[in-house]
Amino acid sequence: MAELINLVLLAMLALTALRIIFLKDLFAIVMLFGIYSFLSALIFVNLDAVDVAFTEASVGAGISTVLMLGTLALTGRQEKKSSHNSILPLFVVCVTGAALIYGTLDMPPFGHPDNPIHQHVAPRYIEESPKEVGLPNMVTSVLASYRGFDTFGETVVVFAAAIGVLSLLGVRRREKRNTPESGLEAHHVLHVVAKVIIPLVILFALYVQFHGDFGPGGGFQAGVIGAAAFILYALVFGLPKAFAVVSPKVLQLMASFGVLLYASVGLFSMSKGGNFLDYNKLAADPLVGQHYGILIIELGVGITVFAVMLSIFYAFDSQAERSNIK
Amino acid sequence: MFVLDIISSILLIAGVFFGLSGAVGLFKFPDFFTRVHAASITDSIAAILIIGGLLLQTSFDLNTAKLLFILAFLMITSPTASHALAKSARHGGLLTLAEVKEEEKEGKQQEQSN
Amino acid sequence: MNFILDYYNYWIVVFLMMTGFYIVISANNLVKKIVGLNVFQTSVFMLYISMGKVTGGTAPIVAEGITQYSNPLPHVLILTAIVVGVATTAVGLALIIRIKRAYGTVEESEFDNKDDAI
Repeated sequence: MAELINLVLLAMLALTALRIIFLKDLFAIVMLFGIYSFLSALIFVNLDAVDVAFTEASVGAGISTVLMLGTLALTGRQEKKSSHNSILPLFVVCVTGAALIYGTLDMPPFGHPDNPIHQHVAPRYIEESPKEVGLPNMVTSVLASYRGFDTFGETVVVFAAAIGVLSLLGVRRREKRNTPESGLEAHHVLHVVAKVIIPLVILFALYVQFHGDFGPGGGFQAGVIGAAAFILYALVFGLPKAFAVVSPKVLQLMASFGVLLYASVGLFSMSKGGNFLDYNKLAADPLVGQHYGILIIELGVGITVFAVMLSIFYAFDSQAERSNIK
Repeated sequence: MFVLDIISSILLIAGVFFGLSGAVGLFKFPDFFTRVHAASITDSIAAILIIGGLLLQTSFDLNTAKLLFILAFLMITSPTASHALAKSARHGGLLTLAEVKEEEKEGKQQEQSN
Repeated sequence: MNFILDYYNYWIVVFLMMTGFYIVISANNLVKKIVGLNVFQTSVFMLYISMGKVTGGTAPIVAEGITQYSNPLPHVLILTAIVVGVATTAVGLALIIRIKRAYGTVEESEFDNKDDAI
């Protein structure tokens, strides 16, 4: 039964991607991309990757789609006809595809428990992680404790993306007299429903942040969901009100604070005599030390991702009053 | 428990039927506003029936509460989205099919009288 | 039939990869190229997660009475990859907005005669 679901979902995914090639309306292409992300999140759940499905649904179908729509509002909706023919790209794609399919015939068959990937490292983590780290969610224990340095690099990459976007675009406070505050002034239903939904979304973001140890979740998903709540507020009530609630300066401080929190956990454990990011030294009992370490670094990751996603959205949304659009 | 299984499968099949009818309506209906109505059927009645069918499959524990939360959240957000879509189209000046046909008739009458 | 089931996931992944690749190299609009890049990225994620799946296993969360877990290591790798992917997409879209401001267009075929514009 699970194989049938797998087959059908993957076929739907292929059809969606195929349709994106032939469309010229960019709005429809971005919507199809959102559907593609949601379908891949479903397939990830079917393949037992619940954490990855969570992240793909919130990041791919949430933030990516919102940012692309924000870009479309500035660059126009239709793609123009291209002058060069498409025979050469088609030929390159077919040759590469044939070579790759010939390569996949050598791969180990899908799902067998004695594939090479399931030997050596993975059984060691699966057996030792309840004893050494003590968390039920093994993905969190590998992400935050065994491979904590990679996650530190990932947080710094997200922070660098914020620096890149802010230095390219910058966040400008709108002049109140020139532009309307929000195009959604007359949508009373949307105002009321947004006021009901936004506290629930923030609560859910906090739940996901602190329950990443026991189920799917963690800092990244929580940061993105929290940013989505504030993005909804900015869309419905207008950007000046959103600036009054969470100003861009506060977001810049929060983004740097998250990365510094992560680094300071590592430095603190070094000052106690261990390696960088060695959580065993954070408390007297190593398991309790692991719990503290994972809690604090996930908090740092969540704060940074939230601040970065929201400031990127502010940067995109405050470009809309530029005059050379169309 | 056999009765519960039968009822839950009836609910699930009815929910699938409404979802499919919403999808078919999205293609077949001639006008934007009728298409929004067809799409919002999947938001409301299909979601209620499918989640109701799933509720009868689990025992009365945390999963039931989670499914009820999902249902409540879907009921609040999806009809709002359809409403916002239709309202934005209306404010943007989109006319329904009946109004388009009326305008064409008035245009023809003006041509005839000129 | 078993042979097809064994490799179906990977063949769909190759198809999606080639679709994304085709969109990137042949689209005229820059935003469509970024969409194609994201399609490509997600297909690579599908490849890794398909390799980590164990039939008869379940999600790698320790629970009572479960003996067989799917491999958690590809999940960790792909979590990082998804977040890095959205970071690059954001920077790419910001670059597109600046290109629009500098050149007035984001269609690739109109760039050749615009280089004197700035």
